Amino acid sequence: MSAVLQVNGLEVSVRGERGERIKIVDNVSFAASKGEVLALIGESGSGKTTIALALMGYARRGCTVSGGEILIGDTDVLALSRAELFGFRGNRVSYVSQSAAAAFNPSKTIMDQVIESAVLHRLSSKTEARAKAIKIFESLALPNPETIGNQYPHQVSGGQLQRLMAAMALMSDPEVLVLDEPTTALDVTTQIEVLRSFKKVVADSGITAVYVSHDLSVVAQMADQIVVLKNGTVREAGATMQVLDAPSDEYTRSLMAAAKSIVRVQPQSLDASDVSPAKPLLELRGVTAGFGKTDRDGMPRFRVLHAVELSLERGSTLGIIGESGCGKSTLARTIAGLHPAAAGSVCLDGETLAPHLSRRTREQLRRVQIVFQNADTALNPAQTVEQVLGRPLAFYHGLSADAARKRIARLLEQVKLPANIAPRRCAELSGGQKQRINLARALAADPDIILCDEVTSALDTVVGAAILDLIAELRRELDVAFVFISHDISAVRSVCDDILVLYAGRTVEIGKRDNFTGGPGHPYTDLLISSVPELRQGWLEETHAKTVAEPNSSLPGNGDLCAFLDRCPVRQVGTCDKTPPPRLTHGNGNEVLCHLGQTKA
Amino acid sequence: MLMILVAKRILIAAFTLLLVSFVIFAITSLLPGDAAQELLGQSATPEIVAELREQLGLNQPAHIRYLNWLGGLLTGDPGTSMVSNMPVKDIIGERLPKSLILAGLTAAVSVPLALLIGILSAMYRDSRLDRALNVVTLSMIAVPEFLVATIAVIVFAVQLRWLPSITIVSPDASFGELARAYALPVMTLCFVVVAQMARMTRAAVINQLDSSYVEMAILKGARPTRIALQHALPNAIGPIVNAIALSLSYLLGGAIIVETIFNYPGVASLMVNAVTSRDMPLLQACAMIFSGAYLLMVLIADIVAIISNPKLRHQ
Repeated sequence: MSAVLQVNGLEVSVRGERGERIKIVDNVSFAASKGEVLALIGESGSGKTTIALALMGYARRGCTVSGGEILIGDTDVLALSRAELFGFRGNRVSYVSQSAAAAFNPSKTIMDQVIESAVLHRLSSKTEARAKAIKIFESLALPNPETIGNQYPHQVSGGQLQRLMAAMALMSDPEVLVLDEPTTALDVTTQIEVLRSFKKVVADSGITAVYVSHDLSVVAQMADQIVVLKNGTVREAGATMQVLDAPSDEYTRSLMAAAKSIVRVQPQSLDASDVSPAKPLLELRGVTAGFGKTDRDGMPRFRVLHAVELSLERGSTLGIIGESGCGKSTLARTIAGLHPAAAGSVCLDGETLAPHLSRRTREQLRRVQIVFQNADTALNPAQTVEQVLGRPLAFYHGLSADAARKRIARLLEQVKLPANIAPRRCAELSGGQKQRINLARALAADPDIILCDEVTSALDTVVGAAILDLIAELRRELDVAFVFISHDISAVRSVCDDILVLYAGRTVEIGKRDNFTGGPGHPYTDLLISSVPELRQGWLEETHAKTVAEPNSSLPGNGDLCAFLDRCPVRQVGTCDKTPPPRLTHGNGNEVLCHLGQTKA
Repeated sequence: MLMILVAKRILIAAFTLLLVSFVIFAITSLLPGDAAQELLGQSATPEIVAELREQLGLNQPAHIRYLNWLGGLLTGDPGTSMVSNMPVKDIIGERLPKSLILAGLTAAVSVPLALLIGILSAMYRDSRLDRALNVVTLSMIAVPEFLVATIAVIVFAVQLRWLPSITIVSPDASFGELARAYALPVMTLCFVVVAQMARMTRAAVINQLDSSYVEMAILKGARPTRIALQHALPNAIGPIVNAIALSLSYLLGGAIIVETIFNYPGVASLMVNAVTSRDMPLLQACAMIFSGAYLLMVLIADIVAIISNPKLRHQ
């Protein structure tokens, strides 16, 4: 079969400060035939998006395609004139970008944007295009296909927007579809639905697709061929099976190692000899928090957390997992006193902390430290590493300059950074280095508890895995307890002793780490675990992860009834929609907020 | 939701205007000099001055005078001019329409021009056109308007003799005569306001052109004009109308230099006359008009920005 897409010796460069050319993509070649899915995989900065955009005959500001050729069918994309490119883009090749929320124009209706390419390229009339769009919406399993297009982008969910963008790309029946990290911004439970729709569409339409991703497990589900990129060059290319089973390149192997879920810590052996049942280090009782105006009982209008309870022993790690918007960051901010709780109490060593940090003592502040998700924004880019770390040392410990310097050197050693990094500015560091400084800043206070809020989410797989290793090691070396917040169950499993599953601000399951390997627990936990892609082909077809195809929002989702009711695949009419779920202790010791264990027992 | 937001803005504007009225009254009361003394001149005996003060109500306590004045304003009677003894309403009634015509004409020319310059330089960012427009708009901001007006008079009125150097409009003037009469003052005022609006428009549109959805539109095959007008502009309306409102609100009160140079009878020069002659009721009324116009422009801009935001329009 002749190749629909052929890239030969592609080279993209940017202009350096002195006007010299710096190649960011060098000598990249690959080809895909009709109906094939080719994956470009690599970490950020590997040039994968630059290549994907070059396929559209487009380079971002400052970049130029400086060499090679791209053939789509018989057309040499790089030889097209400016005018020809307008007719080519969005017509013969179309693009699905990473963040649908950003890629939709907020002030135009979805339908106007979906049919824009078809109308621009005069492929059909507006009416025909609308009818076609509705058909595509149906095939992508979007709810209310007839009317969803009349809405504005902010009115539909992230997973739906991502599918709507795929519909937008399919409108012109392109020869090549470029998917750039199309599920990275989604929750795993949403990702699986979107992946299924994409796979079906690609199979049904016989389109040639280029799938850009950093996630090997996702790629394993989608691709026929894999091209592994690093620093703008091809490290390895081959059929998916071959790359996954017998990777020839060392970099590919390190990617695979990072993608494997491993347990990095052994459970704390809290032996029975510990006679005095010491008070837990941190204890939350009935913590309720939210946003908006408070009503007469002091309760906020929009509640994010509903009576959350948890306890954390000295030196142990509690993982908190849940999808975006479930309240996990608010929980961390409530513990830290950044977001005062409306009700309930946060106790440190049996001592109740003031809801707002302005009323806490300096000693209390020192003992609870928070590490934010995005080190780019958490660290002042104009400050040096020394300044960043020196501040908590001076504030909490009143160290002299000399003592501080020694302590900083020790801290850098703890987070595995060279001591000579101290005088450098944060802006000059890499993402992984910044996240280590972010951790070191928390450690500088010599805290009892470190709250880690999605500390690996913004990092590449390999770098993120190294941060997890570091956290595991810090746990062993220091007597620090961690609250580790993440949406990624394998990250949570790899460093935590106990796991708390948060859904819509409620604890739906809490228990020992080893009990979270495949249920049965709370239906949401089971869905979460079975939605994480495995690093093997065929997983997507085999997995039984499913939610109800269409969430039934007519079910009463408020009050004390189960919050997961409208998405639950195993809900029981008559029980779940009538009475609030009980908190039951399952055989394995997990506490689960669900009717289901009851009927089984 | 939308109506509540708009109603809130209107209430806030009304409250601000009330505060402004208080400030205006307080400041004009602090101005040195006494209107009675000023009216009667140096030779007046203290008894006559005192009598006049009594007549003018200047002896009453400040808060009573404030309330009387505010009540008058609300019922449409801002008092009587101390200098000409005419109702302030009539004096302003004669001048305000002229100022509004000048401001309206300037807005009609400057807003489209500024939008055109701003959008073009955003579309062709860093190109020669953009750089040329940048130099032009920056020099327009930098050159003071009295210089622009003077040079314009020398070139167009004195040397070329194309246009009149003072603006006198007779009620039965033809359109051509009107255009000739207003050309120079409108041009000078445009010089002042276009640059500001154009630069804000450029910044707002560029901000949108850098967004992901614009890249998506490029990848769908949309042409630059369509991208700028259909995709970027609707999202840039908020900041643009605010820049326009701020620039245009200058046209009523800030036109003093232009009014003076072209001998145009507008409210700005009226206010300056009121200051020199200590004519407090007239001065206060003019200040209220300028503040009111300013607040109205900002209010309209706010409401347009709210309505143009689909997140507020479609909850």
